[in-house]
Amino acid sequence: MREAGRWSDRAARAARSRWLPEGRRGPMPWIIAIMMFLTILAAAAVLSLSHALRQMHGELRGGYTVQIVEANPALRADQTRRVAAMLRAEKGIGGVAVVPEAQLRAQLEPWIGTDSPPEELPIPAMIDMEAAPGTPPARIDALARRIAAIAPSARIDAHERYLGPVERLMRALMWLAAGLVALMVGVTAAVVMLAARSAHATHRATIDIMHLLGATDIQIARLFQRRMGMDAIFGGTIGLATAGAMLWLLGTRMSAIDAELAGLVRLPLPLMLLLPLIPLGGALLAMLTARITVRRALERTL
Amino acid sequence: MNAIIEFENIGLRYGADEEVLSDISFSLSAGGFYFLTGASGAGKTSLLRLLYLSQRPTRGVLKLFGEDVVMMHRNRLPGFRRRIGVVFQDFRLVPHLSAHDNVALPLRLAGMDEQEIGGPVEEMLAWVGLGERADALPESLSGGEQQRVAIARAVIGRPDILVADEPTGNVDPEMAKRLLGLFEALNRLGTTIVIATHDLPLISMIGHAQMMRLDKGRLIDPTGSLRFPPRNEPAALLGRALGKPL
Repeated sequence: MREAGRWSDRAARAARSRWLPEGRRGPMPWIIAIMMFLTILAAAAVLSLSHALRQMHGELRGGYTVQIVEANPALRADQTRRVAAMLRAEKGIGGVAVVPEAQLRAQLEPWIGTDSPPEELPIPAMIDMEAAPGTPPARIDALARRIAAIAPSARIDAHERYLGPVERLMRALMWLAAGLVALMVGVTAAVVMLAARSAHATHRATIDIMHLLGATDIQIARLFQRRMGMDAIFGGTIGLATAGAMLWLLGTRMSAIDAELAGLVRLPLPLMLLLPLIPLGGALLAMLTARITVRRALERTL
Repeated sequence: MNAIIEFENIGLRYGADEEVLSDISFSLSAGGFYFLTGASGAGKTSLLRLLYLSQRPTRGVLKLFGEDVVMMHRNRLPGFRRRIGVVFQDFRLVPHLSAHDNVALPLRLAGMDEQEIGGPVEEMLAWVGLGERADALPESLSGGEQQRVAIARAVIGRPDILVADEPTGNVDPEMAKRLLGLFEALNRLGTTIVIATHDLPLISMIGHAQMMRLDKGRLIDPTGSLRFPPRNEPAALLGRALGKPL
């Protein structure tokens, strides 16, 4: 009995699907594929940049470097030791670590080379530290004064300050990508609307007959809705596959870059799993747009 | 009299042109058999368009099944249309659907279960002599065959009103007689039949039918009373009534 019902449902669906002529679908699925490809890339940029910004904030917030610029190596070492000791004893300050000189020289090696002996080209000593979240700037200023009492030439740099321009650039890029996503959604809806209008005009004679035989607006709109949905699912799948391949390629290129910032801009798996929702949303948008467009067109008739 | 169709001072114009129908008033009983005649351009097709709700009149009151359809919200019209079977003069078959699917269309639109559709459609196609051509597309059917598919589609849902515009114009006399038999059978089951035709012999075949005649957009009989049971009228009188000799 249930099997017969299923057969009947299938047969009814098959019969309804023939109410509009099948055949060449035209460029619509491919246009949607391109739209989805671009939307997914832009959305991936939004997700990865927002992830990078969150990471950056987490890692940089409260981070400071104390720079002790002193040409005399012995004095520099003494000041460094005393400042580090003072900071370690300070409540609310953690992660105090003196950056080994060898590490600093290794980082500067591309610029200063390896020929100069340390005594000829002194480099500042550096102490990394982290202030507890919510530490007021006045406390850091007070700390700076106490450091200056030990090492008059010392300077405190907030990590957030020197990465500020990078952060602003990343934020601007993120909003740009978000704008592109919104634009693509709007353009996709507009393209579907035009396609639905055109399809409605093309099949006007059939629609008129169906109307006169008692078809409701919803019955007719469903035909277009279904067709647009199929086109959007096809186009969305193609768009997702090509965008996925492109993102994978970009990911491999990014991971080859040996830079801390480049490492931040990546798309973790949970965020990546959001991307297939875009073609799904695109299909729903296409169906809804087609439904509304056709119903509005039908409302202008009797 | 149980009126199923009522026209009160109906006028119809297309755009800013002159009225194609003026001051049309009549009332048709449920279960009646009516012929609508008149010369070409008299307004027969326009009147039928009002009947099958393809057009609203520009003035007057038009009631179908006791309800005024002039001011009715368009969302309610499909329910009315499903109670009206239409044979269009140009058949209006859906070109990409087979004869079977064209005939099944009103039943599918009405939401009938697919399992209940096949049998009646095949039976109806067999009745109009197209049982063997169920899978044929309209383009491969002759004019007469298309007309029979159109008739089968109009009657398959056992409508309360059947409106037919020149339904026998493209078939041979034998088939015309057979189709008229179908209309009569439907009429006996309670369907109100309204047929627009020039086919005078066809009119004379239905003894109990009544006739309306349009001339330049007006009903000839201004009282709207319907007369002329054709079989009872002398041929010359009938010919005069139709505006041409028999």
